[in-house]
Amino acid sequence: MAKTTTREYTTVREVAGPLMVVEGVEDVAYGEIVDVLIPDGGTKRGQVLESRKGVAVVQVFEGTSGIDTRSTKVRFTGDIMRMPVSMDMMGRIFDGLGRPIDGGPDIIAEEYLDIAGASINPTARAFPNEFIQTGVSTIDGNNTLVRGQKLPIMSGAGLPHNDLAAQIARQAKVRGTEEPFSVVFAAMGITHEEASFFMRDFERTGALERIVAFINLADDPAIERIITPRMALTAAEYLAYTCDMHILVVLTDMTNYCEALREISAAREEVPGRRGYPGYMYTDLATLYERAGRVRGAKGSITQVPILSMPDDDITHPIPDLTGYITEGQFVLSREMHRRGIYPPVDILPSLSRLMNEGIGSERTREDHSGVSNQLYAGYAEGRDMRDLVAVVGEEALSKRDQLYLKFADRFEKEYVTQGRDEDRTIEQTLDLGWELLTDLPEGELKRIDEKYIKKYHPKYRTG
Amino acid sequence: MSITGRIYKISGPLVVAEDVKGCVMYEVVRVGDIGLMGETIRLDGDRAYIQVYEATEGLKPGELVETTGSPLTADLGPGILTNFYDGIQRPLEMLKEVAGDYITRGLTVPPLNPDTVWDYTVVANEGSSVEPGDVLGTVPETKVITHKVLVPPGVKGNLTKVREGKLHVTDAVATLTKEDGKEVELTMSHRWPVRVPRPYKKKLDPFVPLLTGQRIYDTFFPLAKGGSAAIPGGFGTGKTVSQHQLAKWADSQVVVYVGCGERGNEMTEVLDTFPLLDDPTTGEKLMERSTLIANTSNMPVAAREASVYTGVTLAEFYRDMGYDVAVMADSTSRWAEAMREVSGRLEEMPGEEGYPAYLASRVADYYERSGRVVTLGSGEERLGSVSLVGAVSPPGGDLSEPVSQNTLRVVSVFWALDSTLADRRHFPAINWLRSYSLYLEVLRDWYKKNVSEDFYEVRTRMMVLLQKEAELQEIVQLVGADALPERERLVLEVARMVREDYLQQNAYHEIDSYCSKEKQLMMSKTILAFYDRALKAMDAGVSIAKIETIKVKDEIARMKYVHNAEFPDRYDAMLRAIESQFSALEG
Repeated sequence: MAKTTTREYTTVREVAGPLMVVEGVEDVAYGEIVDVLIPDGGTKRGQVLESRKGVAVVQVFEGTSGIDTRSTKVRFTGDIMRMPVSMDMMGRIFDGLGRPIDGGPDIIAEEYLDIAGASINPTARAFPNEFIQTGVSTIDGNNTLVRGQKLPIMSGAGLPHNDLAAQIARQAKVRGTEEPFSVVFAAMGITHEEASFFMRDFERTGALERIVAFINLADDPAIERIITPRMALTAAEYLAYTCDMHILVVLTDMTNYCEALREISAAREEVPGRRGYPGYMYTDLATLYERAGRVRGAKGSITQVPILSMPDDDITHPIPDLTGYITEGQFVLSREMHRRGIYPPVDILPSLSRLMNEGIGSERTREDHSGVSNQLYAGYAEGRDMRDLVAVVGEEALSKRDQLYLKFADRFEKEYVTQGRDEDRTIEQTLDLGWELLTDLPEGELKRIDEKYIKKYHPKYRTG
Repeated sequence: MSITGRIYKISGPLVVAEDVKGCVMYEVVRVGDIGLMGETIRLDGDRAYIQVYEATEGLKPGELVETTGSPLTADLGPGILTNFYDGIQRPLEMLKEVAGDYITRGLTVPPLNPDTVWDYTVVANEGSSVEPGDVLGTVPETKVITHKVLVPPGVKGNLTKVREGKLHVTDAVATLTKEDGKEVELTMSHRWPVRVPRPYKKKLDPFVPLLTGQRIYDTFFPLAKGGSAAIPGGFGTGKTVSQHQLAKWADSQVVVYVGCGERGNEMTEVLDTFPLLDDPTTGEKLMERSTLIANTSNMPVAAREASVYTGVTLAEFYRDMGYDVAVMADSTSRWAEAMREVSGRLEEMPGEEGYPAYLASRVADYYERSGRVVTLGSGEERLGSVSLVGAVSPPGGDLSEPVSQNTLRVVSVFWALDSTLADRRHFPAINWLRSYSLYLEVLRDWYKKNVSEDFYEVRTRMMVLLQKEAELQEIVQLVGADALPERERLVLEVARMVREDYLQQNAYHEIDSYCSKEKQLMMSKTILAFYDRALKAMDAGVSIAKIETIKVKDEIARMKYVHNAEFPDRYDAMLRAIESQFSALEG
């Protein structure tokens, strides 16, 4: 945009919810950043949401309390929202608007980047296919994560999604290179306790110096949450594409982000879509999630693991629903498994990794990976069906074959799904464990695995 | 004559301009000092409401708005195939060369590369009189497609001069004198407004199937060339993989793939794989017959709205040359949402779930652009077709929502994706009890002639087994499988074979990914032969427990991995194995 000098107005006409209408303005650009100087001396930031001849509608990130229509000054900065970036961000903690809150100095910028980002030209993308070993069997074995993927954890209130996310952040590595991921952590509206859980965990494992954190807590202004993930992703893009680093972005909790989006939409009196969320929520979420990926010729990459708590565990709620349509799969946590004491309670049946097929196989993990994974899926699904059946007809009424599957499902959950919070399994351990369980089934049932891999990896042939 | 006005208001992708009296509906305008491309979608006095195809951040009231006098058009000519466009037909490779890895605003790049030299051969000679649709000349566009340069709609007269040889797409290839004596220079390309269907002489009923190499479609719910189909399904049910499979293996001559508001990485996957895969009909690479349109979810929303029209216009263009064209649009829900977003900004009275009231008519208009037609042109009749396949992404997988419902009202084939099947990794996760095809009857003769006399009987028998299984499953849920009579348990066993060994098809398996119609017939016959022989064995006193453990079952389970060419031998071997193993059981 054309550079314009800063202009100040005291012509606030209306304040409603997070929005403020300023009159008599000139040359206000759509998306321009404003500083609001309130009578008690404080400053707030805002952004132009609608620009009309003489009138600008501004959303104020830090809430509109304290703004009056007489003496509040509105300063239009003539620029869009940019953030200072440099390598010095590593190991630092910022608030939701990117200001340091760890007592350290301000960042001396190498560059000022537009936080909205631009869309990557699809021809410039490199297809993600590098296997990330997280050490969690249900992920590595059955829903493999690859570099440049976006794969959310869909959870519910009270489930251990934070533990799982922290474990992934701690253990994730690309095989062959022992180089760990650097983590960009964006917290939106989570509680102080949750935030300090992550910080403690990062500190405990000595990971703090390879982390950049943006923290907007539950009692921080809700509208700020619109900006927080964009700050985090801009930092991630700088680190990945300029500094050649591999970045894992953890965004938590996307549900709070969407609530903030709805709040603004309601304040603007827009026509609501489903459940009051704005009709453009899909597009808006896409502008965040699609910032994951790899670019041809660039060394770094951005992998996203957003966390969202499904209201009432309902996966058809607009937030998980629209997310699932954009992300490349999902990990779904099950309350029922959590109640039975299984950690991590990943229900593999509704979980999915769309990029798995490209990231596994002989050159990346092991040649039998795909077959073993499919067979475990099929066996577990069948066993779960049997469980429902047993509830009605009793175990005795099952055929021999069905009883085998019933047992298989139990063992699968107890031995394969369940693992310690610090247990870091290699992919070979995971696959061998899978084979171990599959020996309970007759060999003829292993239809999903190529015969030559059965001969090579089935414990029966390996030992004898 | 262009009209210039000023920006009055900016709100997301919607810009209101003032002082533009005389601006025409759906006219393309340049917005702002950097010249963003937009289209007028409402007029109000001297104000025009414009949907802008690029991000509007930084625009200010008072900046310039200029009309172009032309509606949104597509450039039609050689060079479309193997190309990769955004929603308003800007070539993405070229954009990358000009502007780098990120989509930059305000750029215009010609859709057809003006530097490419084509080898143009004259067909219509000097002096001949031509009408719209007549072939002026040909160009070998790719290894498999000969591009016919046609007289554009609305142009008629005598050819007074023709040129031949190495020419650019913008060079004149013929001079035509109209009846009124005016001369027109014709090039290899012309423009066509994307929202207007291209004319044809006559629409015909479809009667040839669009074979896809996918068993569930070809055997059970076939689509006809010139027909339309919808694939609705919640996320993770395999819409995109299904669309990719269709784009890869459908036996149409030209494929237009529209990625409408979907993932960037998926388009990259198409880009990476299509140039490597062989087309089973021609043996050449799939890319040679394909063109891709990608407006990913994070690209501007208004261009997403335009992308499906751009796609179908390109398809109609190749149809007019006499080709069978298939369009895959993934996903039409994103297109509808783009309409909803713009409609919301216009503050129109919303219909159901915030969608505009004109959603139904827009969806119907789109699918009506499919069809098998007699194209324009004098002389021998030329036939071409456009088949449309639209993915639908219903929120929460609930098909009662407006986009699904309006789509189902107009399409003839419904491939219902089912999340319970997807959860059990049964792919393609098409529910065989809910899906339907209205083309079954019109295609009967073709299948009789080209596959087998008894193909429909085979198909029906398998369907009956699946239907019977669904009924029996309800009883099993109450009393357990053991309580069923032996014959019913055999039905369950064979139905399981149909589901697992026939319907499940692995898109990622080198061989199983594409299944020829002959192999489909033999596979179904193998399963039915097993069933018939097992029934006979039961009459002879063999118990179901014995049948369940018979060896040949494993062989049947693996038959899908047998190469199309080797299958006839394997088929005979399996039939013999079925016979001998059952005879052994009978003792």
